[in-house]
Amino acid sequence: MLREIYITETNCITPLGFDVESNIESILRGDTGIQIHNDISLMPNSFYASIINDEKINNAFAEISAETKYSRLEKMMILALEPIIKNAGVELNSKTAFLLSTTKGNVTALKDQSEESFKSAHLDALAKNVADFFQFQTQPITVSNACVSGILAVSIAKRMIQSELYDNVFVVAGDEVSEFVLSGFNAFQAMSDLPCKPYSKNRTGVSLGEATAAVLVSANPAAAKIKVIGDSSINDANHISGPSRTGEGLFLSIQNALKEAQIEAQKLDYISAHGTATPFNDEMEAIAFGRLNLQSVPVNSLKGFYGHTLGASGLLETVIAIESANSNTLFESKGFDEIGVSETINVIEKNENKNIEYFLKTASGFGGCNTAVVFEKIKHKLH
Amino acid sequence: MTQKTYIQSYIQIENNEIVLNGESVFKIEQTDFADFSKQAYRHFEIQYPKFFKMDALSKLAFLGADLLLSPIVSDEKENNIALVLANNSASLDTDVKHQESISDKGNYFPSPAVFVYTLPNICLGEISIRHQLKSENSFFIFDTFNTEFMSNYSNILLNSNKAETVLCGWVELFNNNYKAFLCTIGTNENLKITNETINTLYNK
Repeated sequence: MLREIYITETNCITPLGFDVESNIESILRGDTGIQIHNDISLMPNSFYASIINDEKINNAFAEISAETKYSRLEKMMILALEPIIKNAGVELNSKTAFLLSTTKGNVTALKDQSEESFKSAHLDALAKNVADFFQFQTQPITVSNACVSGILAVSIAKRMIQSELYDNVFVVAGDEVSEFVLSGFNAFQAMSDLPCKPYSKNRTGVSLGEATAAVLVSANPAAAKIKVIGDSSINDANHISGPSRTGEGLFLSIQNALKEAQIEAQKLDYISAHGTATPFNDEMEAIAFGRLNLQSVPVNSLKGFYGHTLGASGLLETVIAIESANSNTLFESKGFDEIGVSETINVIEKNENKNIEYFLKTASGFGGCNTAVVFEKIKHKLH
Repeated sequence: MTQKTYIQSYIQIENNEIVLNGESVFKIEQTDFADFSKQAYRHFEIQYPKFFKMDALSKLAFLGADLLLSPIVSDEKENNIALVLANNSASLDTDVKHQESISDKGNYFPSPAVFVYTLPNICLGEISIRHQLKSENSFFIFDTFNTEFMSNYSNILLNSNKAETVLCGWVELFNNNYKAFLCTIGTNENLKITNETINTLYNK
């Protein structure tokens, strides 16, 4: 019998707040982090993005450390991890792993051509800096698998604990809005000229965003927030920069994750989907959900609140979805107006109460990657 | 129950040479990676024009994977071969090229064909497309090849039936410095490679 796996601690650092509670309050109010920016150090033209105020990061960081050597992203990651490491009381010994997930890490360091700056653009250097702040005893593990990185990290942590290599895995995911990424998405003509509108008829592309999120994945059921019961990450084997027209990889990922979870697709009460608001991605997701008969399951994309936070998105959206499940509240899919995908899907138009026992988190990304993870609410025994 | 797993085949690519299961199968005079990879592609008569659109990291991973997977991939059935690769430089070789295209505001030409390769897992996508592998894939970053983690993670995929075979390895490339070590791992006993582990083979 494999060990049961739980998420016992969560946190996130976003433009909507520096803890989970303030993020949920903002979501319930309908606030968004996406704003128009005119910053020629980031883009030649004005653009919509969800960006965290530098001063807020520095002030919050100054409260926990006087060190000045950390990059902006490192500070955001440390801020996400600090309260949960403190609160968990888990010993950072040989059975506690640290898993960092990111797509681009400190890529902004490439602007400076010094040897030292180039070194800090390496993802293992980022992981080491964050790990050393907390004095983890195990070698940090970094996963960089495009936009599925954040949710893939949950699945990797689950597998590492099930194999009994570790008892606890602290996972952090993060990415920044950078000139590097903005220019790339813009070159792909994938940027929306208005705040992004996932699954809507008039969607024209992504709004980028930045965030960090952190969770503790554990074999210890005490203080469990949610149970992780199935996961899979299947490649489309179709195209490196566009999703499969049939949603094949996502379809297979969800199918495998449900099989491991030993539940029927119809048991799902909610889907926290990827919904980047590019025409092809959202259409592909709708096709994959349709193939699994998930047409009526309430679905949202949180990109309307946070923009696309790349490697952070999967973990950030999981943190929010856990709150959704535990408060039995479906959050609106912000930015949605008129359905704009060819298959029927049940996009959540306004916040509403609903009992959520099981939910699914999905993500898809460049390189044809997809990840699906199924979660089950903790059933508290009556005494 | 944990099943025992075995290395089925392995390949090393470095210093203008390709060594398959301990035997040198291709070697040329000192040259750069672009030329080396092109000559290797021709030598093995690989028919796959998309190869020439790939960035250097994808070419390196693709070549290693092609020589290991072509003999075992079947057109008739689904091939559940997971891809678990790692390196140190992620996609920095291409990141630097994209950065150069945006650094000079008077000469600002970011290209989607370059940008798409600024993710290390793109090489997994290239291998998946080539061999039609609808399978598990993940890309890890370490300062040096963490053979213990990589073999443990491969074993997890095999033991949890998430994969029948795992292509596992290290594909490091920056500028013209490259080193690849890839191996296939499965549950069939292999009498040719008995006492070796990823660690002993990589450090040979």
